[in-house]
Amino acid sequence: MRIKTILAAAGICVAGATAAHAQTGQPLKIGFLAEMAGMYGAPGQDQYDAFMLAVDERGGKLGGVPVQIIKEDTQFKPDVASQIVDRLMDREKVELFTGLTYTHIALAVYKKINDKGGFMVASNTGPALIAGKGCVPNFFAATWQNDQLSEVVGKYAAEKGYQKVFAMAPNYQAGKDFVAGFKEAYAKPLLDEVYTPVAQQDFSAELSMIQAASPDAVYVFYPGALGVNFVKQYHQAGLSSIPLLNTATTEGINLPAQGQAATGAVNGSFWGPDFDNETSKHFVQAFEAKYKRIPSQYAAQSYDAALLIDSALAKVKGDISDKDAFRAALKAADFKSLRGSFKFGNNNFPIQDFHIFEAYKDDKGRMNVRRIATPMVQAQDHFAAQCPMK
Amino acid sequence: MSLFVAQILNSIQLGVLLFLMSAGLTLIFGIMNFLNLAHGSLFMVGAYVGATVAAKTGSFAAAIAAAIAATMLLGVIVERTLLRQLYARDHLDQVLCTFGLLLIANEVVRYIWGPSPLFISVPAMLDGTIRIFGQNYPAYRFAIILAGLAVVAGLYLLISRTRLGMLIRAGANNASMVSALGVNIKFLNTAVFALGAGLAGLGGLLIAPLVSVQPGMGEPILILTLVVIVIGGIGSIRGAFYGALIVGLIDTAARVYMQIGLLQLFERSVGQAIGPAIASMLIYILMAVVLAFKPQGLFPVKHG
Repeated sequence: MRIKTILAAAGICVAGATAAHAQTGQPLKIGFLAEMAGMYGAPGQDQYDAFMLAVDERGGKLGGVPVQIIKEDTQFKPDVASQIVDRLMDREKVELFTGLTYTHIALAVYKKINDKGGFMVASNTGPALIAGKGCVPNFFAATWQNDQLSEVVGKYAAEKGYQKVFAMAPNYQAGKDFVAGFKEAYAKPLLDEVYTPVAQQDFSAELSMIQAASPDAVYVFYPGALGVNFVKQYHQAGLSSIPLLNTATTEGINLPAQGQAATGAVNGSFWGPDFDNETSKHFVQAFEAKYKRIPSQYAAQSYDAALLIDSALAKVKGDISDKDAFRAALKAADFKSLRGSFKFGNNNFPIQDFHIFEAYKDDKGRMNVRRIATPMVQAQDHFAAQCPMK
Repeated sequence: MSLFVAQILNSIQLGVLLFLMSAGLTLIFGIMNFLNLAHGSLFMVGAYVGATVAAKTGSFAAAIAAAIAATMLLGVIVERTLLRQLYARDHLDQVLCTFGLLLIANEVVRYIWGPSPLFISVPAMLDGTIRIFGQNYPAYRFAIILAGLAVVAGLYLLISRTRLGMLIRAGANNASMVSALGVNIKFLNTAVFALGAGLAGLGGLLIAPLVSVQPGMGEPILILTLVVIVIGGIGSIRGAFYGALIVGLIDTAARVYMQIGLLQLFERSVGQAIGPAIASMLIYILMAVVLAFKPQGLFPVKHG
């Protein structure tokens, strides 16, 4: 109730400004927040490229109204992200945001945007807090909840009947969370789990341990460059005959650098470029034509976020000053998602399928992924029950 | 048993890599009394140049030659223009200047090659495993061991059998006396610096197919290298070799057996939590012990 009052108050304050924009025909400003450079920049670039693809396809409009995308690099720093949000909301009068690449950035800004009466349509990351106890009405995740990405792999491992599974991840919170999520769904004790220092790039000792333990399967979470190193070294150590199950390791951004070494590795995700629906086929074809690379899941999420915003803006005819109407329009999720079915749960996180993808060399000689199983159908995350929203 | 064999090979592989770095650093310190924190940057440049040439030409041999040549040239240029002025200065000045060089090198690399890491593949003929002592071992890692041992043998011959080596030994013992005897110590300094730079560049190139080539990749290995020369004894090639093997062995063994050992003592989750932490501390503990009891290192240069 209190949130609603604040929202209403904030809404009245900014309504004037927005209405003025609509009248003068100025474009609607959308803040795009992501990591745009450095070691952490690759997902952000894919998010941005896919979002702009959707905007450009519509002649610079979303929902029939001209939009201006204000791109901001949050630099992997929560304080920087927080300042950017203040500046955009107070000075530029931005009320609609998208993007967000990393969990700690999302946690730093999501509440502030909501409390000031802004909307966030996130196109990466799904922290447990926002899905559960800390859920807010104006945060919409066009993604998944983090745990689901390892849960789906755990389910798959259990279905395949692997008895001895060896797990490895970097020694930090996300690494431990993903292994924990995997374990819960796998529901059997693991053969062993090893956490490596975050900066460690050479896995010789750990790979020898895996070889000595001769497990039925190995589960890892090594994102980005670590994932490239791990997969190449895994292959060089002659371990390719042991199934390599993973989260965020053998996926779109890493595959070109991993090359043949990734062949046969399986990864859990919500979407792959081989999906057979109209939106997905169009997206993959248009993205490849424009950017000359296979879109990653980061790109797919962001394209979906753009489509979601497009559908909601169309419903309110570009006028987001009526907060309740715009919120309802987003929540309706009345668009054709590239993942097939898409609907929001009570916590504004999607209820969707999760799949297993195998890395292979496609007919154009590129490393790509294809769906081989769908262990989770119409799944909702575990934290939704903790969210008081209806 | 097989785990043991594999870990010995892993530790030798890390050891020879550390030796390539520490041989140069320890000679430069021993002969010129100069502490070069930018030594890790030469490692990084070797990796970048090698990766670029390997990607352009597809030839790993060309990459090796280019990495060594480029880092030697860079070493000579930096030594002749800048570092030479600092030999007579205080160690603090040297540390400040070379730390500055390290930061500049990282930014220059970022400017030229971009912030995203580069990756190169293992040469096709080494992309697989070999069977050794009844154990599958990555062929490329084994090749690193062989290459490293070949460099050790070459350095041994160079230092014990050639005139240049004699001067290097004499310089490590008493540089001013060598100079007083009419040897062109400036040339000797440059030669030693170029040799050390080339070895660091070779090290960087050899590890490039295993890890990501990125700005700042030289720093972690530089820290290990400093540990090696403290343990081995500053200025001592022999010390650098044994020190590198000791550090390689302890670091590798700790990563594997620390966790196994702790699991006997503690509950599983506790062992898994503190194992990696203690393992990464162990070599620094060893360094502290060596410094406390044998400050000259375990294999110091023999004087007199």
